[in-house]
Amino acid sequence: MYIDPHVHMVSRTTDDYQRMALAGCVAITEPAFWAGYDRSTAQGFHDYFRMLTDFEPRRAAQFGIRHHTWLCINPKESEDVGLAREVLSIIPSFLECKTVLGIGEIGLNKNSRNEMTVLEEHIALAMKHGLLILVHTPHLEDKLKGTMLIMDALRNQGADPGRVLIDHVEEHTVRAVLDRGFWAGMTLYPDTKCTPQRAADIFEMHGTDRLWINSAGDWGVSDPLAVPKCQDELRRRGHLLETIRKVSYDNPRTFLSQSGRFTAPERA
Amino acid sequence: MGTPLTKQAVADLYFLEHRAKVLDLAAFLDRFDRAMGPGNDDFRVHALKAAVALLLDGKPERARRVLELWSDHSSEPIDRAPMKGALGAMPLAAKDGR
Repeated sequence: MYIDPHVHMVSRTTDDYQRMALAGCVAITEPAFWAGYDRSTAQGFHDYFRMLTDFEPRRAAQFGIRHHTWLCINPKESEDVGLAREVLSIIPSFLECKTVLGIGEIGLNKNSRNEMTVLEEHIALAMKHGLLILVHTPHLEDKLKGTMLIMDALRNQGADPGRVLIDHVEEHTVRAVLDRGFWAGMTLYPDTKCTPQRAADIFEMHGTDRLWINSAGDWGVSDPLAVPKCQDELRRRGHLLETIRKVSYDNPRTFLSQSGRFTAPERA
Repeated sequence: MGTPLTKQAVADLYFLEHRAKVLDLAAFLDRFDRAMGPGNDDFRVHALKAAVALLLDGKPERARRVLELWSDHSSEPIDRAPMKGALGAMPLAAKDGR
């Protein structure tokens, strides 16, 4: 049994839902993200948010998986601050939907000034409505700098680190994130971010408190079964079943339950 | 929580997988050398070679230090995003600002 707390199912097939269910997935959360191209209007985001809050939960339910979501305009589309503000203005109309857990995945991409502006406005929106925050940290060479800028912005705006998950941590960012009291996510990718083996190493070096794993499966090179593969990696190293359950079920459930809206079956 | 594995078990479980990765890296560098045209000073290949040297320095936390080696260490936001993606490493001489 596991939870995948970050996966972009709008980009995946029903076969993936079926394989995830067979591997033990009982609940997922899907952050709003970049579609691979820039959307040209706020109406495009409105339709995307309808997909996330209406169609996708029904599709997941066919496979016994509970679907939840996060809303935002992704940092890759934040250079256009005017469009970003239009999108921010339509988010409150979706907040009454019971499967919306918070604002995400917000953050930075290339660490630009406009991205910072839009990040700060997302943080303010989340705090105004008392919502959880899911943070995307930048890719590759931009991650270390971006992670520090994001944590500074959250601190400057008074966000409670216990209600913020900073995702895509790796060996060079995980310690700083945990030391500041945030929750941290490791994304399991075949080529970038963490492999299941490196994620297991990070658990061994930094412990299992406030740390989870996710597949971030999307339209790129990714693996919707990455979480069970990391479970298997921990198992073959001889880690206790309780440890494996903690990082792949209990930790996401504990963090997400702060929303008051997350539901997952009690573990077997 | 530490690793429950012995050194012998780590070698038994992972040696062949990483033997293959070392050969892939060697073949990539050979391929790069054989390739035609300019680009011999590609900063990404320099960054890769610098990381290989770091692996052999005998110090711990190699993965963290390799990632730091390839990271942008400036601290101020840039004026405008020049592109969507990332390249995987910084030019080593420009690591302290761009």
